[in-house]
Amino acid sequence: MIFSSEEARSLLKKAEKQGATGGDIVVVIGDAFSTQVRLNSVEKISNARGKRLGLRLMFGNRSAMTSTSDLSSSSLEKLLSDTCALARVAAEDPFRGLPQPEEYAVTFPELNMEDPDIEALSIDEKIDLAMRAEKAALDQDERLNNSDGSDFSHHQGSILYATSNGFNGTYRSCSASLSVVPIATEDGKMQRDYWYSSKRRSRLLESPESIGRKAAHRTLRRLGARKVSTQKVPVIFDSEVAGSLIGHLASAASGYAIYKKASFLCDQIGQRIASDAVTVYDDPTLPNGLGSRPFDGEGLPSYKKIIFEKGVFKSYLLDTYSGKKLGLPSTGNAVRSAGSPPSAGSTNFHLVPGKYTQDEIIRSVGSGFFVTELIGFGVNMVTGDYSRGATGIWIEKGELTYPVEEVTIAGNLKDMYREIEMVGNDLDMDRSTASPTLKIAQMMVAGH
Amino acid sequence: METEYDRPDRFFLEKYNLSSASLESALGRVLGKKIDYADLYFEYQTSESLSLEEGIVKKVSKNISQGVGVRAIAEEKTGYAYSDDISTEQLLVAAKTARYIAKEGKSTENIPIQKAASPRQDLYSVGTPPIDVPIEEKIDLLHRVDRLARGTDPRIKKVMASFSSEYKIMLVVTSNGLVVGDVLPLMRLNVTCIAEQGKNRQVGSFGGGGRREFGFFLGQEEGSDGSDEKPLEHYAREAARQALLNLDAVDAPAGPMEVVLGPGWPGILLHEAIGHGLEADFNRKKTSAFSDRLGERVASELCTVIDDGTIPQRRGSLNCDDEGTPTSRTVLIEKGILKGYLQDRLNASLMKMPLTGNGRRESYAHSPMPRMTNTFMLAGDSPPEEIIRSVKRGLYAVSFGGGQVDITSGKFVFSASEAYMIEDGKIGSPVKGATLIGNGPDVLTRVSMVGSDMALDSGIGTCGKDGQSVPVGVGLPTIKISEMTVGGTSG
Repeated sequence: MIFSSEEARSLLKKAEKQGATGGDIVVVIGDAFSTQVRLNSVEKISNARGKRLGLRLMFGNRSAMTSTSDLSSSSLEKLLSDTCALARVAAEDPFRGLPQPEEYAVTFPELNMEDPDIEALSIDEKIDLAMRAEKAALDQDERLNNSDGSDFSHHQGSILYATSNGFNGTYRSCSASLSVVPIATEDGKMQRDYWYSSKRRSRLLESPESIGRKAAHRTLRRLGARKVSTQKVPVIFDSEVAGSLIGHLASAASGYAIYKKASFLCDQIGQRIASDAVTVYDDPTLPNGLGSRPFDGEGLPSYKKIIFEKGVFKSYLLDTYSGKKLGLPSTGNAVRSAGSPPSAGSTNFHLVPGKYTQDEIIRSVGSGFFVTELIGFGVNMVTGDYSRGATGIWIEKGELTYPVEEVTIAGNLKDMYREIEMVGNDLDMDRSTASPTLKIAQMMVAGH
Repeated sequence: METEYDRPDRFFLEKYNLSSASLESALGRVLGKKIDYADLYFEYQTSESLSLEEGIVKKVSKNISQGVGVRAIAEEKTGYAYSDDISTEQLLVAAKTARYIAKEGKSTENIPIQKAASPRQDLYSVGTPPIDVPIEEKIDLLHRVDRLARGTDPRIKKVMASFSSEYKIMLVVTSNGLVVGDVLPLMRLNVTCIAEQGKNRQVGSFGGGGRREFGFFLGQEEGSDGSDEKPLEHYAREAARQALLNLDAVDAPAGPMEVVLGPGWPGILLHEAIGHGLEADFNRKKTSAFSDRLGERVASELCTVIDDGTIPQRRGSLNCDDEGTPTSRTVLIEKGILKGYLQDRLNASLMKMPLTGNGRRESYAHSPMPRMTNTFMLAGDSPPEEIIRSVKRGLYAVSFGGGQVDITSGKFVFSASEAYMIEDGKIGSPVKGATLIGNGPDVLTRVSMVGSDMALDSGIGTCGKDGQSVPVGVGLPTIKISEMTVGGTSG
């Protein structure tokens, strides 16, 4: 770490001499590499190291925060005086403050977030991974005649967090990903789709050939897509898009959305808000998990907790501040970046798999829509109103038939969660927010 | 006032103790025999944000970013490296990484660079940059907005307001010997209201800003929208009005129908349906639904669509793009015929087309791409009331959230946040938010009326592409689209 815990403590001590009653420091340092190849030729290589230090200071109930990418001592002196000046003019907020010292994590779980193999990979080998994924995709069918490229990227980061009342922790956090976006043409119309793999350890990535084949399959099945007529039908969310529905649940369960009355889950803790097929955990301690971390953004212990149990809303996602606003202790869900104060959010947020295969779920539908991609931002978190653009495959008599595009699916999330009729067994634990395939009893599909 | 900010080249050379010789040697280091072009991009940015909720300013933060990006281009290949330490040593390290894409090359002599040139235009110089205005005035602004919004109606239960501003100094040094810098102020004020009536809770938002002085929000600057209302009053009233209106909204319709878009921000239609598909990278790679269609009809003859980075004080405007090219006014569609693409240096050179000044990047940590600036449609002849009157049954959408497009298939969406039914030529009841979906290459062929009331948006747009966000603007007169699919719930 180019910035040590001792340096962090000494900066916080200096702040106290200037009148600060408390504070914390976050330092994030990362090395990022990415390469993009397209049509069997290198298109881009990017490589760099970035760093940022965030300083938050409290003057009683007033607080402010600053950050900089310049860690020289003169820059940090300036940062300190700026932060003090800002904090003095901020409003009194009695709910603001650090956790109590006895709340801090003292032992950190081993989460396997390092990537020991990445150092051994040469740039040429990284380029080759991307080349192989694209070749595997384009070799599948002659209609795959163009490409938006294939990317291999990895990131190795270090995070340091220190508070004025005794917490000190650091951890390493690595990830690698490989993706490809092939393009297919038929009757003068183009379609693209993608597939990717993203893991803590580069060695555990899905093989380039497998990624390429899946991307090719997903792209080819979109050729000849058409609109359908406007109708209410059962809608199946492929696990790849079902994760977004679970993501909306995480946003709605955040303590900030709740106390601001900006969530459709306000005033519903302890109540049934989804079908009994819906059980969701937040687990920051999952080994290799992309959302894992040994302590939260305020230094509190990481632990697994149930958020929705058989459809009943059991727990908010809270940091210290939003917890105080709701009269509850933090759930260890503080999210923090170097540039902003803590907020509350999910870590590895997974819907527990059910017993059905995706095929069984599709076979259960007489006439309906299997959704494979969603676009747009038509989700109102205050009301739950939901309306998004969708692409997928039409189901007739339990069979996938022709591809569908340029339609929307609409409903209200509160109804949609209650109408989850079937949950698949195909959860991908490597995604930080993930769900198996889900079937919703009925939604409005708008087309022609 | 820190006068060195007037001269970006001096600012960087003095602050980081660099010399012209070190820049020349860094560029020389990048340029091997297989490298066609190289540039250095220096950036120093200060940003701040304040947010108010529950009647108090809860969040005050300030961030400083500095760094240099080094780019090498060899044919279609780009090597990019950056460092957040600006020094001669780090420049040389980054230069070595960037030129990895052309292994065979040898380091050449230093590249001579010219004396710094100022951008050819001056679209947004300000007396006092918003970032330098005392924080107390910004806190006061947020409190005034809060009081105004709450004062509109007792059903307004929550008000959230935020102010953010940034101040960026940039300098581009290229292997063509060009040295050009710019100083860019930017600010934005946003208001969100939550209205409550029984168990019914609804949200409304409004905001605006631009590359201008802080006093603009207080009505102390020319060039607001001509009304007596100050921008801060307008934003507060609009956010509250939208939240209250939605308390009475009925389910939106589902299916194809006539759609009338109001003036201003609904121009996001152009951004998604047309703009992205005309960015040169997608057209060079032939991955856009608009590839190879220059000279063809892609819109009704009522439609002329422009991208213009040279409008004074706008959020999407730039004196020069992030490659040092002066921004310009580019005709994308003229009377329905596709006329041009938005270019950056790499793609213009590969496509052998002129530069348009659309090479933009989020920061020194990103390499440039073709991006939009301010994208809008020219006004037509129809009075807006006449357009509404001409509709038997349709949707009138006046405010939108975000949008998205699939460049390759051309399918795009944008989501209405304030909309009404039109029945027999009259505006009827408000409807809940709904997503509108269409096909970029043919949606504008269905534009059957264009209003005389062209307006630019209030200055809130941010566009995301390939993980990079940049500020943009849009504009539109009232238009009628003869058929679009509306994604409501009511059959």
